[in-house]
Amino acid sequence: MIKVERLTKRYGPTLAVKDITFEVEKGEIVGFLGPNGAGKTTTMRILTGFLPPTSGTASVAGHDVLEEPLEVKKRIGYLPEAPPVYPEMSVEGYLDFVGRLKGIPSGEVNERLDGVVEGCALGGVRQKLIGQLSKGYRQRVGLAQALIHDPDVLIFDEPTAGLDPKQIAEVRQLIHDLSGEHTIILSTHILSEVQSIASRIIIINDGKLEASDTPENLMARMRGHESLLIEIDGPPEDVEERLLAVEGVNGVSRNNGHGGRTSWAVETSKDAVIRSEIARVVVESGWGLYEIRPIGMSLEDIFLKLTASEDVAEAAAQDEPAAEAGADSPDETVEPTVSEDAALPEEALPEEEESSKQEGAAAS
Amino acid sequence: MRNVWTIASRELRSYFASPIAYILLAMFSIIFGYFFFSAVAIFVDFSSRGQMGMQMPPMNVDQFIIQPTLGNFSIILLFLSPMITMRLFAEEKRSGTIELLLTSPVRDFEIIFGKWLAAVLLFACMLAVSMLNLAVIFLLSTPDWRALLVGYLGLLLMGGTFLAIGAFLSTLTKNQIVAGALTFGVFLLLWVLDWVNAYSTSTIGKVCQYIAIAPHFEQFSKGVIELKDTVYYLSAIGLGLFLSKRSLESLRWRA
Repeated sequence: MIKVERLTKRYGPTLAVKDITFEVEKGEIVGFLGPNGAGKTTTMRILTGFLPPTSGTASVAGHDVLEEPLEVKKRIGYLPEAPPVYPEMSVEGYLDFVGRLKGIPSGEVNERLDGVVEGCALGGVRQKLIGQLSKGYRQRVGLAQALIHDPDVLIFDEPTAGLDPKQIAEVRQLIHDLSGEHTIILSTHILSEVQSIASRIIIINDGKLEASDTPENLMARMRGHESLLIEIDGPPEDVEERLLAVEGVNGVSRNNGHGGRTSWAVETSKDAVIRSEIARVVVESGWGLYEIRPIGMSLEDIFLKLTASEDVAEAAAQDEPAAEAGADSPDETVEPTVSEDAALPEEALPEEEESSKQEGAAAS
Repeated sequence: MRNVWTIASRELRSYFASPIAYILLAMFSIIFGYFFFSAVAIFVDFSSRGQMGMQMPPMNVDQFIIQPTLGNFSIILLFLSPMITMRLFAEEKRSGTIELLLTSPVRDFEIIFGKWLAAVLLFACMLAVSMLNLAVIFLLSTPDWRALLVGYLGLLLMGGTFLAIGAFLSTLTKNQIVAGALTFGVFLLLWVLDWVNAYSTSTIGKVCQYIAIAPHFEQFSKGVIELKDTVYYLSAIGLGLFLSKRSLESLRWRA
């Protein structure tokens, strides 16, 4: 449905998008993930025909964005980061205008309008001026605007930015309901968002495509060694000794416990299923077992790992936190876990060679 | 054409949904009313002098009322048209709605022509208001309506020229005030350009006079359709719209 090949976009001396290639099949929901300024919006704008690429091609449903912009635009519904609404118009008047602008025949505009008003739950504010609506409603008007001509492809740029948790849930539900009939690309820097909606994740950082895979595969790819967290009521020295004796355990480290219990992080070798074995050991020793669970790598960790990969590679020897990753992304959530990532095995970094190749360009 | 009308009608509704249209129309009717009043007052003064036996040139309402009133129209346009055009594109660029227009299946030219058309229609509303004043003359006298019609055609062309240039200048910035100031400056320059002609008959003087917007209206106000003036206005409108299109295109490359 969407085909992007070696796409590059340059703003003056700055490279916003570097040689990105990907494809999106019909009916897929793809999440663009990346820190602010990574090139997500630029890529989306090129797809919508708002910006022309510097080099490379992008096509939607077989129509090139440069050669047949009108054909592409007919098939795309686009919600920019700030909903493109006119505050002095009523919701109804605005949607009527957009409907006509998108080329819906005059006779069908009203029918489509009713459809999106219902779909986006705008019935109560239909006659109100958009300028008087709350941010959440304005966002919904923005969604309705993108949907009114029933396009094959929907492109949402940070659809939940600036909304409160309830509104975020509503918008996500709406997007979820749209999947199936529509091909959807949405960008975000909120990880749980893509994890919950997207069937595939494309991670973009610093204008480069870092990864493109399903959330599950991404996590599996990054996992490598599985860790277990165990909370036990028992003498610490004995516990450590007996846990290490279990087959498949590579290492045991003690975390702090509370109230006589101690919690342990157990490193296991890949694919070893030892939870039941550990449980048996604990029970046979007569200790109390309070908790046992695997610590998988969250999408957050993967994201940080990928987007901070260059710095991690450099800093790995000194085990330093990747400070520069924070400078690229003003996102506060990025910072805290970076140092943990630095300690993770380097084999898990598929982009390493690629990143060192482009180091010169990335330095700017 | 349907797209042009979609954009024009939205723009026009925006004008009337905000105070802009009403303020412009009110200001216009006061200023134009004053121009009309002073022309009538002079006419009355002259005719009473004629009755007292003074030597007066032959007089008629066409030459003494309609022609000077319409002739002063360019001053009104100079001040009011920047207020019509300054928001056309600057506002869309500021609020981000330009992204909606440029990602919709419409051509750049349709967007520009639609917006310009809306501005021209608002201007036509002003012309309609001015006709109310002139209708009074028709009640009391028999002016040449064909000459008046030509005068109004000229006004439409001159207004269209101002508005096309204003539309172009509005594409250059996302700040309405900047657009307005720029437009007013350019209009003022185009208005005073023919002053050169007063002290210079050189080629430059002639060129300046040809470029100036207002002198081309003189023949129209007399009821004469001159080809060179018509060509001037039409090509100036074409140039303004063409530059707007170029500017909008460059927005894609620069933005």
